[in-house]
Amino acid sequence: MSNASAQAGAPPWDDASIAAIRRDMLRFARMQLRDGGAAEDMVQEALMAAMTSAKSFAGRSAFKTWMFAILRNKIVDHIRASSREICGSDLVGSSEMDAGLEAFDVLFKRGGHWNPDDRPSTWSDPEAAFEQDAFWAVFDICMNNLPEHIARVYTMRELLELETAEICAALGITSNNCFVILHRARLGLRVCLENRWFRGEAR
Amino acid sequence: MKMMNCKDATRLMSERYERTLSLRELLSLKVHTAMCKGCSNYGQHLDVLRLAAKRLREGGEG
Repeated sequence: MSNASAQAGAPPWDDASIAAIRRDMLRFARMQLRDGGAAEDMVQEALMAAMTSAKSFAGRSAFKTWMFAILRNKIVDHIRASSREICGSDLVGSSEMDAGLEAFDVLFKRGGHWNPDDRPSTWSDPEAAFEQDAFWAVFDICMNNLPEHIARVYTMRELLELETAEICAALGITSNNCFVILHRARLGLRVCLENRWFRGEAR
Repeated sequence: MKMMNCKDATRLMSERYERTLSLRELLSLKVHTAMCKGCSNYGQHLDVLRLAAKRLREGGEG
């Protein structure tokens, strides 16, 4: 292997690259931890762990994938540790859980069909939305609008890609409960994105 | 068989990501979404949510 290609494989540790990747990692961490301080600490730790590694990469996106894998593992460890602490307390408190679940029933009429105002419309070009920072700001707001226990299960499933069985075990809930929570998360997130983003786009 | 409503259909569309649906569930869902534009859109939106999560996991387009 030539020197040139060896250099191309070195992680990009210039200031601009670090700032850019830190920003994206913070967005990812904040969505799951809901605690700005903890998110910053975790991103910091992941960055430092990565910087002390001499690993080389086939390209910028391979490097970024690796960085996010480190961050993901740190967040999973953190959530596993903290869910053991809160298991049996607020997270599985049934009254709070039920309150969060019923809130989405208003989307449907009594016969279980969509309210005309809440019926999902056609979304134009979601891929284009992904390229806009403003879309991700709205996404962030919508995640934060979900009741906390619902958002937690959803991020464990979708952002950390834990299996449902593992989430249930970690939180001490049944798989059916887990399915219902994920369903409510999707209902809530979808309606929020439609109202705050896609509806305006279409007009 | 009871006719599926939108509330049931959205629940099954979500559970599709978590477990394998029975043939009966799949067929009644298919019949429902063929007739219901709202639920057909809903199914597409869940795929968008999936893609958004994937984008976040990978740290954007970078």
